[in-house]
Amino acid sequence: MTHSKESTRTGTLIWISGPVVKARISGPISVLEQVHVGEARLAGEVIGLNHGLATIQVYEETNGLRPGEPLCGTGAPLSVMLGPGLLANIYDGLQRPLAVIRDQQGIYLRHGSQAEALPSKKWNFTPRARAGDLVHPGSVLGVVPETQLIEHRVLIPIAVEGKLIDIARQGDYAVHDVLATVEDAGGARHPLTMVDRWAVRTERPVQERLEPSRPLITGQRVLDTFEPLAKGGTAAMPGPFGAGKTMLQQALVKWCDADVIIYVGCGERGNEMAEVVNEFQRLTDPSSGRPLMERTIFVANTSNMPVAAREASIYSATTIAEYYRDQGYAVALMADSTSRWAEALREISGRLEEMPTEEGFPAYLPSRIAAFYERAGRVRTLGGNEGSVTMVGSVSPPGGDFTEPVTQYTQRFTRAFWALDRALANARHYPAINWQTSYSLYVNTVAAWWAKETAPDWQALRSTAAQVLEQASRLDQLVQLVGAQALPERQRWILDAARLFKEGFLQQNVVHPIDAYCAPAKQVALLRLFVELYQVGQQVIESGTPLARIHQVLDIRRLVQIKETVPNDQVDQITQLLSELKARVNALVPAERKA
Amino acid sequence: MREYAGADRIEGPLVMAEGYGKAALGELVEVRSGNGARLGQVLTTGEDLVVTELWSETAGLHPHELLLRFRGETFHTVVSREMAGRVFDGLGRPRDGLPPPMAEARVDIHGAPLNPVARAYPQDLIETGISAIDGMNTVVRGQKLPIFSGSGLPHNELAAQIALQARIADESENFAVVFVALGVSHDTAAYFQQRFEESGLLARTAVFLNLADESPLERMVTPRVALSLAEFLAFERGYHVLVLMTDITNYAEALREISSRRNEVPGRKAYPGNLYSDLAEIFERSGRVGGRQGSVTQISILTMPGDDITHPVPDVTGYITEGQIVLSRALHRQGVYPPIDVLSSLSRLMKNGIGEHRTRADHPSLAAQLYASYARVQEVRAISVVIGETALTPTDRSYLEFGRAFETRFVAQPADQARSITQTLDTAWEILSLLPSSELTRIREADLHRHYLGKPEGQVKQ
Repeated sequence: MTHSKESTRTGTLIWISGPVVKARISGPISVLEQVHVGEARLAGEVIGLNHGLATIQVYEETNGLRPGEPLCGTGAPLSVMLGPGLLANIYDGLQRPLAVIRDQQGIYLRHGSQAEALPSKKWNFTPRARAGDLVHPGSVLGVVPETQLIEHRVLIPIAVEGKLIDIARQGDYAVHDVLATVEDAGGARHPLTMVDRWAVRTERPVQERLEPSRPLITGQRVLDTFEPLAKGGTAAMPGPFGAGKTMLQQALVKWCDADVIIYVGCGERGNEMAEVVNEFQRLTDPSSGRPLMERTIFVANTSNMPVAAREASIYSATTIAEYYRDQGYAVALMADSTSRWAEALREISGRLEEMPTEEGFPAYLPSRIAAFYERAGRVRTLGGNEGSVTMVGSVSPPGGDFTEPVTQYTQRFTRAFWALDRALANARHYPAINWQTSYSLYVNTVAAWWAKETAPDWQALRSTAAQVLEQASRLDQLVQLVGAQALPERQRWILDAARLFKEGFLQQNVVHPIDAYCAPAKQVALLRLFVELYQVGQQVIESGTPLARIHQVLDIRRLVQIKETVPNDQVDQITQLLSELKARVNALVPAERKA
Repeated sequence: MREYAGADRIEGPLVMAEGYGKAALGELVEVRSGNGARLGQVLTTGEDLVVTELWSETAGLHPHELLLRFRGETFHTVVSREMAGRVFDGLGRPRDGLPPPMAEARVDIHGAPLNPVARAYPQDLIETGISAIDGMNTVVRGQKLPIFSGSGLPHNELAAQIALQARIADESENFAVVFVALGVSHDTAAYFQQRFEESGLLARTAVFLNLADESPLERMVTPRVALSLAEFLAFERGYHVLVLMTDITNYAEALREISSRRNEVPGRKAYPGNLYSDLAEIFERSGRVGGRQGSVTQISILTMPGDDITHPVPDVTGYITEGQIVLSRALHRQGVYPPIDVLSSLSRLMKNGIGEHRTRADHPSLAAQLYASYARVQEVRAISVVIGETALTPTDRSYLEFGRAFETRFVAQPADQARSITQTLDTAWEILSLLPSSELTRIREADLHRHYLGKPEGQVKQ
């Protein structure tokens, strides 16, 4: 263990119970200060101070700690290190690079690792400001090609304002090299590097908040078309185990059109983390052909890693998201699962012997959840650019019961609600999003974009489809009583149409090479195909043509497989097919009349 | 090692000592009294109070007569390849009358989390020879997949069959079984030992027994000792290890008992709030490691109290494990063995273990179709109860026929039969061919041509 850190002894441990320890303090220390606990220098955070006693939550395994061991303050709150090299990295909840730790410590995570978050490599820095410029927090000092997908903009730190008195020339520099000096109004000089530090529990400031207006395209039809999410928006994804939350989250991480993606595996499975990381080494960005890893940051805190670090992981990830937002990027943060974070709060709260409320959660659970989702948004940054943080949190309700506190609070503080359903998952209807209980308050927000970019009648198409599904679910109940044979043909056609929507549109195969990502144009084409076939079929039935004749003309099996056979760049095929089929169905009418 | 004479209080399994302020959290403690030594660990430690939790009952102890020996480290266990073929108690001590095994290593039973980036993604199929598993819930090496069952269902038979048949496909490689009995009866433990013995598997099996009449407190330790051996064999010695635990519900109940004795705030159904984290510590000790040979696969039996899958124990487990095999009482009553309810079963790691180059190209869509069609069978059955079978459409009647065939020919199989993947997939096609091809919307055109045995439909008239 290294003992060379700048921190000094500020106390002595007197009580240890799981992830919570108490110390008698002997030096300056403040609430929320980051501390090193014990000889092993475990990472911790002061969560209470009372009469010379500090209460600390420890982010690492505390087995082996003894009373009498030292407590050392760092003088700063729990912070993350921001700068080039974050992308393509895999961190634990305290922003320690897991690959570096593996190289240092082997396959198991031992405690007390001190690895630095950013790699020590050199970056090619190009200045964007000149000596003599007046610089403000958030303005761009220079840029670094962090990956081929993302240009890293080195920003003036939030606390620095004044005249730039020197700046480095273009060249290769390490993150800690001093690149520029700013002299503030008081004459004090601030040397600047590529590194900024930010306390994870504090929101990074912005100039103003803007209304979200553009959709976050996920390539998942049921989401984009029926329950859309906007850039800068928030979505909750609750579902019982096995309903496909993680698969859907991972599909979003792969395909959504944000510039930078941060995926937080919070208290989830190690093997799944291994899978997604492994897959990202191979997958490429559809537009640039570069590895998806180049726009992605992973924060992995699996279920067997120390529980308190789950709590920190959510905040570390959010702060990193805001940092890229401030550079003018659209960032998406996917957290799987926020329930594990809430459970970590509950566990710590229990150790502190706080008064429990519903299901044992602490009374501050709703305010914590609200504050977390409030860090999402589309903003004008201090530097004057537009950036956004979109948040999608999955929720794992015990027993699949959506009335439990975490689901309820999350539903209140988010604006899109994607409810995953066990019955759909059991029938392998994926994504198992229940189109009746889910909703999105962003439909009107993003309608203008869809109308302009795809089809002017987008709203009408989607509401026709929604109506058909709604009518069909009512008819299904009737079928349970009287059988489908007893329904009039017009109603049986609604059931057929609903089947086309369900199997041909809503169901999507995340591992199918063509179907995994469905571009907006293809979504609309498919939607139109089924809507207009439904409408023309209805007219034909009204005019007395038997339903069986329509079935002879339409090959249902082939229709529902179009999503898997027609690639995104050949949408014309769908349009063509639609006009052929419409003609054939329409042709049934005169034939009938002639007969 | 430090000794401290005389505790101050005993409350249930907790021994409080007020004067000794230097114990480490989690430190192993030997508590000696006139009638022998007991083991426990430090639960909380402060400068004026140490709370030690014992792994055996405290009846007959008197606090002032105790001698507490603090061993200076957490509980460590010996691990070695010699342990295969041996029987141990819940704390890892021999219970077969033989001397302790030679140590190849001593390890902390709590282990340490595998670094997520050191893991290799599991994708090597384990052929269990059971159609409902291999065809629709394929297991891969490194997976953790519990069997959700109910009292009186044949989960023991199924688990033993998996262990025996999985090993057949594995003959050429280093293969070991770690069997862990958690609070089950002598009969159950004896059943497994006997099945393993008959098939010659016992020599490759390390058995850890904490039986129903033994201390539930010790039950905290047993899986951790067993998994320490499994990890050692897999990641240090290159074995493919199958860990078979029964019964997770007994383990969770022991956790609840301890939590209640510790006066912790109870959670759902009084299970402790850290049930998820505690079970995760156990289940997450499975997987594969990049650049190393072996694997740890966990198949655990979990009996759902009242057959309720939303009960906290199966619920929390389902969130941790990579799927579940669910047994159905209804199928069992119909005489179907194994009574696997495929619709509520799931293998999350299946997709990377099957398909072209692994099993067969048609496998993924075939499995998806079986699920979708069998889900439809449930709906049609519900309708036919109300309106009668004769009032159904011809298509719906074919679903009923498919459903019967699926249960009796695909799911059901003899307890000693190992079906090859090809047999399983071919049987699936035979049964699916009872449905009109227009219903097989998940199947690709090419696969339909190659494998579908039903009558072609002259439906599309151009």
